[in-house]
Amino acid sequence: MKFNDIDTENIEIELLLEAIYQKYDYDFRGYSRASIKRRLKRRLSLSGHATLTDMQREVLYDPDFFHVLLQDLSINVTEMFRDPSFYKAVREVVLPLLAEREIIKIWHAGCSSGEEVYSIAILLQELGLYGKSLIYATDFDETILSKAKEGIYPVDLLQAYTRNYRDSGGVGSFADYYSARYELVLMDKALKENIVFSNHNLVTDGVFGEMDLVFCRNVLIYFKRELQDRVFRLFKESLCTGGFLCLGTKETVRISQYTGTFADVVKKEKIYRKN
Amino acid sequence: MTTDKSYEAVVMGVSAGGLHALETVLPQLPADFSLPVMIVQHRTRTSDDFLLRFLDELCLLRIVEAEDKVGVQKGYIYLAPPGYHLQVEMDRSLSLSVDPPVNWSRPSVDVLFETAADVYRDKLVGVVLTGANRDGSAGLARIKQLGGLGVIQDPETAEAPQMPQGAIDVAGGDRILSLVRIGQFLATLKNEGRRRF
Ligand SMILES: C[S@@+](CC[C@H](N)C(=O)[O-])C[C@H]1O[C@@H](n2cnc3c(N)ncnc32)[C@H](O)[C@@H]1O
Repeated sequence: MKFNDIDTENIEIELLLEAIYQKYDYDFRGYSRASIKRRLKRRLSLSGHATLTDMQREVLYDPDFFHVLLQDLSINVTEMFRDPSFYKAVREVVLPLLAEREIIKIWHAGCSSGEEVYSIAILLQELGLYGKSLIYATDFDETILSKAKEGIYPVDLLQAYTRNYRDSGGVGSFADYYSARYELVLMDKALKENIVFSNHNLVTDGVFGEMDLVFCRNVLIYFKRELQDRVFRLFKESLCTGGFLCLGTKETVRISQYTGTFADVVKKEKIYRKN
Repeated sequence: MTTDKSYEAVVMGVSAGGLHALETVLPQLPADFSLPVMIVQHRTRTSDDFLLRFLDELCLLRIVEAEDKVGVQKGYIYLAPPGYHLQVEMDRSLSLSVDPPVNWSRPSVDVLFETAADVYRDKLVGVVLTGANRDGSAGLARIKQLGGLGVIQDPETAEAPQMPQGAIDVAGGDRILSLVRIGQFLATLKNEGRRRF
């Protein structure tokens, strides 16, 4: 009997994702299910509905409720200089190779609340490359994108970020990059000058420019292989020849059909270069 | 102490005192052990691959860090990477996530146990070892609810008793044993595949 419940619930999840796609154009059908299922069941228990089928009705008829669910499904967990050794490699290996370009075009896909974007902006500044950089920071979650634009973060995270910054080879004083006010810090305005924040969905939107460097970290782990392939194709078409692709530490292009398109630059940090 | 039932996978959760626990339990699994083993060991984000290399030296099975979107295979012991939840998908592949911590832990034992329970159902063995928190209790309860087997380290013998005690309180154990006996017991498990008739 219990097994029957699990099977029914799995069907309900498929139907709900299909409903969301048809009604709201957000396509989660290619996402791995284990994480989705945990998010949906958490929302289900908070919602007071008995089953996902009951909840689906509210999703379809109440856009506000859908937006709550969208927040649940876009896992916005992020931090500054996450994986310091990765940022060290970007500082020491990738950016020096781009230093001669007239203009450096960078795309942060799935930028969440912007911590990663400001981290790279700081790197560019310290290497004297910020002035000729153009940074596109995109996410499909409008709410989180407006947070990224603001660049305001809780002060209690700063200690960890400062440590990350130093471990990543930061040469300045991290405190120069923000101003603190009570419980919050505001990122330095100068870091924002060359950043364009915009909405882009990796599943349904296309190429919007030719990039020298693409960051897409900790997004692809949420996708099934077929969807990963779609996104790798998008990156292939968005990168110039010799352009760099940076994935999360536990993500790889090596199980994709586009493995041949990318050469290892720093293998351990999942930094690749388009052939 | 053995069991006649056929099982398809083992999931294991361990926290404080884990190094000693794993080095006692895992080397007892024979080279032809027919169930894949997936492990969440709480450790700091920055931990290197020492634990992996250390255990690989001792074990007859291959012990690897769990990779995203890779199919689960027998002959392997999969260890969750620090900083990521380890999950089992319905097609019996592994996936990783950076979803928020559960029980202040990422990886979390509950996340592994609950996702694996949905997949392996009554063919799953959940093992809770030493630890100083209560991660794993809810997950083991789910495994047992679906007819899987609960194996818990006897808290009296644990370096940190809270985690196994929590599992006993919340889920209850089918076997409550010392580390050596847990290894011996697991070694008797068999996956006989699906019966023909
Ligand atoms: C776990 S966060 C990673 C943030 C950051 N890149 C990092 O590594 O710290 C994943 C982000 O991907 C975004 N995302 C998920 N699916 C997306 C899609 N189809 N298109 C664009 N962004 C997406 C989420 O909204 C979320 O902000």
